Amino acid sequence: MELKLNVNGRNIKADVPTEMLLVELLRERLGLTGTHIGCDTSQCGACVVHVDGVSVKSCTMLAVAAEGTRVVSIEGLSGPGGGNALHPMQVAFHENHGLQCGFCTPGMIMSAIDFAGRHTAPTEAEVRHWLEGNMCRCTGYQNIVASILAGTAAIHAETSTSSMEAA
Amino acid sequence: MQGFTYHRPTSVADAVVLLQSEGASGIAGGMTLLPVMKHRLATPLALVDLSGIAALGGIEVDGETLTIGAMVRHVAVADSPVVAAAIPALAALAAGIGDPAVRNRGTIGGVLANADPSADYPAAVAGLGATIVTDRREIAAEAMFTGLFATVLAPGELIVAVKFPVPLAAAYAKFRSPASRYAIVGVFVARFAAGVRVAVTGARPSVFRVPEMEAALSARFDPAALAGIAIPPDGLNGDIHAEPAFRAHLVGVMAARAVAAAGSGAA
Repeated sequence: MELKLNVNGRNIKADVPTEMLLVELLRERLGLTGTHIGCDTSQCGACVVHVDGVSVKSCTMLAVAAEGTRVVSIEGLSGPGGGNALHPMQVAFHENHGLQCGFCTPGMIMSAIDFAGRHTAPTEAEVRHWLEGNMCRCTGYQNIVASILAGTAAIHAETSTSSMEAA
Repeated sequence: MQGFTYHRPTSVADAVVLLQSEGASGIAGGMTLLPVMKHRLATPLALVDLSGIAALGGIEVDGETLTIGAMVRHVAVADSPVVAAAIPALAALAAGIGDPAVRNRGTIGGVLANADPSADYPAAVAGLGATIVTDRREIAAEAMFTGLFATVLAPGELIVAVKFPVPLAAAYAKFRSPASRYAIVGVFVARFAAGVRVAVTGARPSVFRVPEMEAALSARFDPAALAGIAIPPDGLNGDIHAEPAFRAHLVGVMAARAVAAAGSGAA
């Protein structure tokens, strides 16, 4: 089935089987292997990407259902042109050591950015509640929570600075 | 997953025609259907994606009725100021389903059509006495659920919207599975001028009401009014999470919590 969508700013046209999952399209057709498949049963959250700005588990969405959408995966967070500039949430994970093996990290970061878009001054409890759909088997979550609090603060600081500049 | 034909109609009429074809299944958020298809427990020949039908969206209040379109996703119910003003217990229930990414996809119509014994929304539908509007009729809450994953919906019948009467107060309390966030037992309590309704999910193959609790709470809306009302464990669900006797106990505990929450004005 013919499919058109935008992935990380690139317009994509693909002919895919109807049963192909969005995560399979990203990983197997587009080579975007940063999105991971941890469980394939929509429990673990390693496959979280943004579809039209909201976090979804790409292992539980058909590729054909993404027709006409804008998909952003972990690879789409770096600066324009695929540079090495990290997204503020990635910087926060780096600075707070918010990962050990790193397998869950792409999903954690995509979930965290959706969270930051909905919370300006979150509490630790709100972060932990939000992370119910993202599993980490190494860290015990402590540094992930710290990373998300720091990343959320950084994103909002950046937003308020740029709106002040615009004003 | 096995292959299938994929349709994405834009009208209810077109969807109903497509759903009549051999082996066709509707797909709403896909949060249950896709995992079930991966296990080949469902092998539809055609999938009718309902997400392109604008008529299945929308949340509105008209007088004493809150109407929610079948394709409204859990996140939209949880975040809706209209729902928060009319039936805050319903917004809180939606905010407690699954996890954020699941709430971004899952829909109220999909939950009701699937009729999972541990789903949250059936408790609200039965507890509030909601009406399920389909493409061809209106179904009373009492008539909707007929057993484990079973409803009165005819093959190809499509849920269009759910109409909830606005109560004086309501609350939902659930004891959830820490892994799946499904209700091991969930109790929805709603107080209307005509009396109190108590609906339980997670404890039997499908949602049920508790007349003894309703009578006691209609006389006196206080958690203490539930003292002495025991739910017999016979026929209750038992699994690795909770045996029937524990579920029976939880019905009383969750009912008392829901009454306390509704009574404090935190409905």
